[in-house]
Amino acid sequence: MNKTVNQKAWFFVIPVFVLVAFNAIIPLMTVVNYAFQETFGNNQFMWEGTRWFKQILVSERFHAALGRQVLFTLIILVIQIPLGIFIALNMPKEGIGVPICLVLMSMPLLIPWNVVGAMWNIFALPDIGFLGHSLNAMGFDYNFTQQSGDAWFTTILMDVWHWTSLVVLLSYAGLRSIQPAYYQAAEIDGATRWAVFRHIELPKMKKVLTIAILLRFMDSFMIYTEPFVLTGGGPGNATAFLSIDLVKMALGQFDLGPAAAMSLIYFFIVLTVCWVFYNLMMRNESKS
Amino acid sequence: MKKFKWLVPTIYIIFLMLPIYWLLNMSFKTTTEIINTYTLWPQEFTLDNYKKIFTDSTWYTGYLNSIYYVVLNTFISVAAALPAAYAFSRYKFLGDKHLFFWLLTNRMAPPAVFALPFFQFYSSVNLFDTHVAVALSHCLFNIPLAVWILEGFMSSVPKELDETAYVDGYSFWKFFFKIFIPTITAGIGITMFFCFMFSWVELLLAKTLTAVAAKPIAATMTRTASTSGYELGLLAAAGSLTIVPGAIVIYFVRNYIAKGFALGRV
Repeated sequence: MNKTVNQKAWFFVIPVFVLVAFNAIIPLMTVVNYAFQETFGNNQFMWEGTRWFKQILVSERFHAALGRQVLFTLIILVIQIPLGIFIALNMPKEGIGVPICLVLMSMPLLIPWNVVGAMWNIFALPDIGFLGHSLNAMGFDYNFTQQSGDAWFTTILMDVWHWTSLVVLLSYAGLRSIQPAYYQAAEIDGATRWAVFRHIELPKMKKVLTIAILLRFMDSFMIYTEPFVLTGGGPGNATAFLSIDLVKMALGQFDLGPAAAMSLIYFFIVLTVCWVFYNLMMRNESKS
Repeated sequence: MKKFKWLVPTIYIIFLMLPIYWLLNMSFKTTTEIINTYTLWPQEFTLDNYKKIFTDSTWYTGYLNSIYYVVLNTFISVAAALPAAYAFSRYKFLGDKHLFFWLLTNRMAPPAVFALPFFQFYSSVNLFDTHVAVALSHCLFNIPLAVWILEGFMSSVPKELDETAYVDGYSFWKFFFKIFIPTITAGIGITMFFCFMFSWVELLLAKTLTAVAAKPIAATMTRTASTSGYELGLLAAAGSLTIVPGAIVIYFVRNYIAKGFALGRV
């Protein structure tokens, strides 16, 4: 759409700008404040420069948490995106099945995150949980509170349960926008199922898939509540992802300086990745 | 191959329902049954857990608090986002692209980063432990999302609609409320759904910004779990009840979702 230049449009944006700035800029400045100074309470500050940043960037604890976080996010994306597309491709296109699928699949998305954690905790307990009990009955030695491999397995399964539906819904939306004429043309040409997917369905889903990947990246990289309730970051530090480690440092040990520096580095990483994605997305949009 | 297509969504839905079933199953059991035996359905069916929640005010006020700030947040977010999304979809102005990305960056900010500064900030403006505080703080991620979704819907409405209305002598605001908003009701429905959803499920900020008066149900649950031993049945009943508002909202917007999908934007 060709847009008209109109500087007065700023008046329309002012309410949004004020509300978001109120929430974003002042708290962010507080974080910046802590990141460069040492505090002893009572509003007394001492300038520390970049000491906290240097300390965080070389600390093994931060590297370990970052490593776990990147691994977790990669596994999540590799499982959820293809699985979501696969389910969306097999969803009914019309009839009573459509609302049933949509309503039931949206259910996990609307459950408060700590309830998701608590629910999976009860579900996976080795003695009284369905998952834990069944796995042990099948001969696996499963206990997610004590073995780190099991804790990872449970956390990933929980996230797949929680968020794959978002990818399904978005992919389904993309698929619905394809005109039947495309499929008819493909049938006349005798295209294989794979060719239909590769040359008709995938290009049409490109835009929504970018949104899906972006949302899944952001949310899995910021994950806090669900693993905190499920495993508490344990056993040991096995599932202490970045947010969990950060809250431990800020509120548990009250190391405000290093925690603030870590927050900024953390935010910067998310921002960079999203900026790259965003530009790719905008470039696609201007092309089509 | 085609014949068994329905199997994929069916298996997936069964997988989704299993943990929910287990939660419901627990909520109808007595504490002794939960701890001592492993049963696939309640042997001694009881409603005591639910009774406790509906009669104890510390429990049910949690629900009312949550619903109060979620609804408040949904209305603030959508009301503020409507004109902004219109501006982004129709006009070019100084810094529009940067502003749009800046808005999105707030959706990317890890809440864990903001928890402590939010606490200090809202305490200093005397809003700590009010519903308004939680509703306003959730604007941080819901307004960018609302602008993003609404902008997509508005861009799919041809600009000729605006121009025809002006030619017919409509003023801007008359056009906006009488013609434009009714054409994008599906989009507004979906936006409200997403705002409701993200405000309802968020806990970290809601918990940080409240103590007693505005405490959300989810926080009541975590405190019970940690202080008065592990009352699993009660916890399961409270958890099951948190699913209800979401299910009601999905049921009402299901047609909007289908319509919104037809427009090709979510």
